[in-house]
Amino acid sequence: MSQSNAVPMLSVSNIESYYGPIIAIRGISLEVPKQRIVAVLGANGAGKTTLLKTISGIMEPEKGAVMLEGQAIGGDEPAAIVRKGVAHVPEGREIFPLLSVRDNLSLGAYTRPAADGIAEDMEMVFGYFPILKERAGQLAGTLSGGQQQMLAIARGMMARPRIMLLDEPSLGLSPLAVKEIFAVIRRLNVEQGVTMMLVEQNARAALELADYGYVLELGRVVMEGSSSRLLSSPDIQEFYLGVKESGQRGQRRWKRRKTWR
Amino acid sequence: MESLQLLVSGLANGCVYGLIALGFVLIYKATEALNFAQGDMMMLGAFVTLGLTNDHYWALPFWVSVPIALLLMGAFGYVLEITLLRRMSGQSQIAVVVLTVALGFIIRFLAGAIWGHEPQSLESPIAGVNVRLSGLVLGLDEVAVILVTIVLTGLLYLGFAHTRLGLAMQATSQNQLAAYYMGIPVKRVSALIWCLSGVVATAAGILLASKGSIDPNSGFLGIKAFAAAVIGGLGSLPGALLGGLVIGVIEPFAARYVAAGFSQVVPYAVLLLVLIIRPSGILSQVRDKKV
Repeated sequence: MSQSNAVPMLSVSNIESYYGPIIAIRGISLEVPKQRIVAVLGANGAGKTTLLKTISGIMEPEKGAVMLEGQAIGGDEPAAIVRKGVAHVPEGREIFPLLSVRDNLSLGAYTRPAADGIAEDMEMVFGYFPILKERAGQLAGTLSGGQQQMLAIARGMMARPRIMLLDEPSLGLSPLAVKEIFAVIRRLNVEQGVTMMLVEQNARAALELADYGYVLELGRVVMEGSSSRLLSSPDIQEFYLGVKESGQRGQRRWKRRKTWR
Repeated sequence: MESLQLLVSGLANGCVYGLIALGFVLIYKATEALNFAQGDMMMLGAFVTLGLTNDHYWALPFWVSVPIALLLMGAFGYVLEITLLRRMSGQSQIAVVVLTVALGFIIRFLAGAIWGHEPQSLESPIAGVNVRLSGLVLGLDEVAVILVTIVLTGLLYLGFAHTRLGLAMQATSQNQLAAYYMGIPVKRVSALIWCLSGVVATAAGILLASKGSIDPNSGFLGIKAFAAAVIGGLGSLPGALLGGLVIGVIEPFAARYVAAGFSQVVPYAVLLLVLIIRPSGILSQVRDKKV
């Protein structure tokens, strides 16, 4: 997406992150343009979660730069990065189970001064997720998985983010719940102008939602392109969408070689 | 009438255990560290107050020295966290246990070196006064201990439930990673927890030293408080208090009705029983995570 002239909301260049001596991402560069939805696809262990953790400051990049609207944020404290407008909706929801739904939401706005329209924003997220308003007084741990995911996204919105990092929002949810949640992500993007960066294993749902996609393998970007291009790419179809093509002689080849290898 | 008096003195002791256990659980919940120096922090807090108040030391008025002692011990807890405990993050839990045990020894030695090894009583206005309530003779100290504990836990409850910082503390203790994601300054919150825990320990120490006496080895009460915390469900604040009260109430009744020599064992027999019947404690807050 280097052709766009405007400063991207988020740009990551050549970052490397390690778990101790083990390298998890090796030189990833990507861009997320303002007010768009970008999906990052990849299998288990591809480095997707590490990438998000590095952007939100939970992990420090060993090398490379993370820029938020042209301002370097790599290596900042997580709290500072939240304050600059990056909300991270972590994998597996990570809500506060013994606090009420309302308290969970207030904690989403922790970095904001008290008078700064937090009550209005609470009403705003209740508008997107009416079930949370019904359950506002209930302990968050008693919500269903889908409701907890809604809470995690709503809690992220309470930070008034410029960009939201969503880590596997479809994880462990029914197809119906996935549909519902992805529809709200789209609406938040359009109506609230929040840029979205989405990490997913559910490639089809992610590409149908996103404008642009990157494919990660073993800590590297191996492919990128507009969602429609990725959706029609034979490699993506075979390895991420599970479409099986038949070969010339009417039988499937033993194993397709990935063209990026 | 007699059993009522036993009950009141048991409750008063139990409040002290409960307060020490509370400090223990505060730290355990927020930072997952087991602070085996909690009893010694209680003892140190008591000696600091005693050193400020008693006539042959600084002889300050009781109501002046109490806030000073609370402040000093709060600062002590805070400094402990930022200088020692913070460096232990990422280390195994057993390393932290050993560190706090060593810390306990150091505090005990220091207290002995400064204030001596003889048991001393705090010259507090509540010591040695009796109140009569329709035929019941109660020590003002015991009544005060119970009242102060009620007020203190009430304040803590309000603080945790209704302030921004309290909510952040709860969040940190329930899910530290998510607290980072919310932009909560987790490290500072941990230091403040140690500070709070030092203050609560000091309150317990002041109460203990007012209704009896303290010496440097009083810190071993921390072991009883640890048992209280486990009975109540390690990780539950109301549970810590309840566990303290259970042990506190059992003690005088056991001393009265169980043969001498065996009575000391009863609280620990109860501990074993609770662990067998309800391994996670009476008021445990352990919940399975939904996938």
